[in-house]
Amino acid sequence: MTSQVSSPAEQADEADDANENDRAVGEQRAERHILAREGTGEKEVRRLDRVIIRFAGDSGDGMQLTGDRFTSETASFGNDLSTLPNFPAEIRAPAGTLPGVSSFQLHFADHDILTPGDAPNVLVAMNPAALKANIGDVPRGADIIVNTDEFTKRPMAKVGYLTSPLEDGSLDAYQIHPVPLTTLTIEALKEFGLSRKEAERSKNMFALGLLSWMYHRPTESTERFLRAKFAKKPQIAEANVAAFRAGWNFGETTEDFAVSYEVAPAAAAFPAGTYRNISGNLALSYGLIAAGHQADLPLYLGSYPITPASDILHELSKHKNFGVRTFQAEDEIAAIGAALGAAFGGSLAVTTTSGPGVALKSETIGLAVSLELPLLVVAIQRGGPSTGLPTKTEQADLLQAMYGRNGEAPVPVVAPRTPADCFDAALDAARIALTYRTPVFLLSDGYLANGSEPWRIPETEELPDLRVQFATGPNHQLADGTEVFWPYKRDPGTLARPWAVPGTPGLEHRIGGIEKQDGTGNISYDPANHDFMVRTRQAKIDGIEVPDLEVDDPDGARTLVLGWGSTYGPITAAVRRLRKEPVPIAQAHLRHLNPFPRNLGEVLSRYDKVVVPEMNLGQLATMLRAKYLVDAHSYNQVNGMPFKAEQLATALKEAIDA
Amino acid sequence: MPDTTTSAITNELLTLVPRAEGKQSMKDFKSDQEVRWCPGCGDYAVLAAVQGFMPQLGLAKENIVFVSGIGCSSRFPYYMNTYGMHSIHGRAPAIATGLATSRRDLSVWVVTGDGDALSIGGNHLIHALRRNVNLKILLFNNRIYGLTKGQYSPTSEVGKITKSTPMGSLDAPFNPVSLAIGAEASFVARTVDSDRKHLTEVLRQAAEHPGTALVEIYQNCNIFNDGAFEVLKDKDQAAEAVIRLEHGQPIRFGADGAKGVVRNRATGDLEVVAVTPENEADVLVHDAHAASPTTAFALSRLADADTLHHTPIGVLRSVERPVYDTLMSDQLDAAVERHGKGDLSAMLAGGDTWTVVG
Repeated sequence: MTSQVSSPAEQADEADDANENDRAVGEQRAERHILAREGTGEKEVRRLDRVIIRFAGDSGDGMQLTGDRFTSETASFGNDLSTLPNFPAEIRAPAGTLPGVSSFQLHFADHDILTPGDAPNVLVAMNPAALKANIGDVPRGADIIVNTDEFTKRPMAKVGYLTSPLEDGSLDAYQIHPVPLTTLTIEALKEFGLSRKEAERSKNMFALGLLSWMYHRPTESTERFLRAKFAKKPQIAEANVAAFRAGWNFGETTEDFAVSYEVAPAAAAFPAGTYRNISGNLALSYGLIAAGHQADLPLYLGSYPITPASDILHELSKHKNFGVRTFQAEDEIAAIGAALGAAFGGSLAVTTTSGPGVALKSETIGLAVSLELPLLVVAIQRGGPSTGLPTKTEQADLLQAMYGRNGEAPVPVVAPRTPADCFDAALDAARIALTYRTPVFLLSDGYLANGSEPWRIPETEELPDLRVQFATGPNHQLADGTEVFWPYKRDPGTLARPWAVPGTPGLEHRIGGIEKQDGTGNISYDPANHDFMVRTRQAKIDGIEVPDLEVDDPDGARTLVLGWGSTYGPITAAVRRLRKEPVPIAQAHLRHLNPFPRNLGEVLSRYDKVVVPEMNLGQLATMLRAKYLVDAHSYNQVNGMPFKAEQLATALKEAIDA
Repeated sequence: MPDTTTSAITNELLTLVPRAEGKQSMKDFKSDQEVRWCPGCGDYAVLAAVQGFMPQLGLAKENIVFVSGIGCSSRFPYYMNTYGMHSIHGRAPAIATGLATSRRDLSVWVVTGDGDALSIGGNHLIHALRRNVNLKILLFNNRIYGLTKGQYSPTSEVGKITKSTPMGSLDAPFNPVSLAIGAEASFVARTVDSDRKHLTEVLRQAAEHPGTALVEIYQNCNIFNDGAFEVLKDKDQAAEAVIRLEHGQPIRFGADGAKGVVRNRATGDLEVVAVTPENEADVLVHDAHAASPTTAFALSRLADADTLHHTPIGVLRSVERPVYDTLMSDQLDAAVERHGKGDLSAMLAGGDTWTVVG
């Protein structure tokens, strides 16, 4: 997914998916070329335009690492890609059980793609639980590689297989590749003198090697990675490299794998530049560091660990040489408190959390609204309410971000749309916070946080200038001519108040959560003043400059699909499918949820129907209805997973036809 | 109280805070805001003592910040002509932590009360203490909720009759000094609002302490809990009730120092005895700098929670321990030393990359 740029190829290429997904997967693999290397004795190589692989195993099987490595290989090969890690909240759920299954889905292609794919073409099932948990998503005809060593009586019984699915004919519709992964791995590592248990742990690398062979992935980066990861245990490093190579060689030699596949680099999908693969949380972390750099302010993170936001705390903690201070607080409230304290002192202050943490921070966000200090509140949404689904995605904290405070406490809300877009969104959120002296919500979600895609690395010259001017002297003249400093005397353009940091002589002032007199900032209980201040704080947020909403409507459609946040990929893929049919549909995607783009009302009024797909029960739709009196039609899914493109396309079609 | 406890400590952290250029006076620290505590409130005395002490400290006033929570005492920052933040209930230590750890050139003070610090904000207080952030925490303890008009507080004596406890409160109170020592505090002191001289001396020692200093100030709420500390203030009773701790001095009190604190050899606990020529040598010599907090804790337990008899005041504990802000700053320096100053382009282009030629 190369969302930060839109290539002409986008429109045409995703349309292929439209037809492909309607067919069984066997058919879908409409190979464009067959590169039979006649006379060489080598295996047949077929060329595919795209593949969806899902690695699935026990939580302890290292599926996330396997997926990450395959992704890295794929990225460096130059395919476009999109990933969907999916893991349980338990660190090690009981082995071999359905709740303990962890999976990683990767979609890669020779063209621009937008989602991790609806259904895998290839499932790697490390045990019966992984097979059982995932088989429902696998279309008939797909390849399934199973670790036969695990298909013994007890592991099968544990997940309710009375007979072996490998033998009872229940998988006849699939291309089953039985591979004794455990045995082969142990055999391959004989010479390393490892215990059986130690050797067995490398079976994910064997599987990775096999898949890397099947799809002609470059292998150097994985070998380099393994040697670095186990630098302190060279024996383990070499064992993993050996298992990885054994898997590759197994593919090359065994007859069960007669064909390997090539997916050419997606050269046309990418504008010129240097690329890397990046997850949403990493891009967001880099965006924060870049924002500090561009603002020439020290970055201060106050955070309390919470899934799926902790990665940002981890990442920022690695970059202390940028002057980044990370403070792991005693709780969510202290985390934002420390950030707000740092903001008062002149830092670019950030707190990172997820839904339950946002709830705890609400009072302090209200204080930040009242103090009018810049503060980034990064919320990586997950399934709720309460503890909910910590490792699954959702968009159900929009209204919490918008309204979850006491009093009239407007806070701008910025939502990234793809993993790589988290970088730009972080810079944008920082721009708003610094320019308007306000807390800002940066509302990402679990799908963006953990998913990844190629990212064109920007030159630092391309980044926005975020420098701010601290107050340095008096800003007001009293009637008697005395020059004074008024902490709440506003910039007439932005309505922002001055940022006067401690240490500045002559500007000593006190601020607090009690209502302040306009201008002086002194405590004021005056009714008219409170009314004025409430309206002024609202006007400041309403007046924030955000770009107009762009509408993609090549066919003059009557129906608009409007999304926000991480649904961008699935919505865009669905729109491409419909247009291919052809069903005209217009698409727009909101980055700014507060304030809305100025032209949003006008855009909405242009269409007969407005469909709003959300991973909640209609929160944006509620806001649109309230503000624009538009009959926004909600399409909702709250199952912890992103929308599937096909499902969305069907729903949009139904809405258009209704 | 003579200057004894600080002889072993020189706070190098204070050198990071710019000094005042000219001579300061108490007036420099008075803001233009009208003080709005109830007439007769003990807070007035503390405010005057702090404003009077600040010129002695001699720091540039623009580098001094008072952060408070919610409660009567938390209005304090409005009356100080320094930087200040009146924040939300219980969170001042957390907010001050962010400020102090990001700005080592500031002298950061927290003003809080028994409800603010020990009830709603208890968590932040203990964590600030264990981290040893460079904060000076003034805990105004009046053993009552004043701003909400008179409910019992976490330091109220058991059985306290208030609006919310017409049949008497049920909760056992906190002893803030014991709590702070248990939370690994490196500096713990107690003083009384009405004893300006003692209060000022404790403030001075707190200011000079590197790390978190907790100063419990017994403060009279003349509206809702009047006379709560009368036994410690009344000339006739105070001699018997108050144990004035001085580092390096035998712990004696009462008329002519007739009473003393000795260690019970059997239990190791501390007890109050009448001093005689036979046991005089056994009277405990106060050591605020003792590495172990055991004796300081035992001293904090001498007071009777109901009658306040045998209440030690002064600096109970003052030890040097690594300061969080310094450690945090050192890590930043070490990271630069190890990896060089952060290079944004290099970071963004890290990991496996590939190039697409247009």
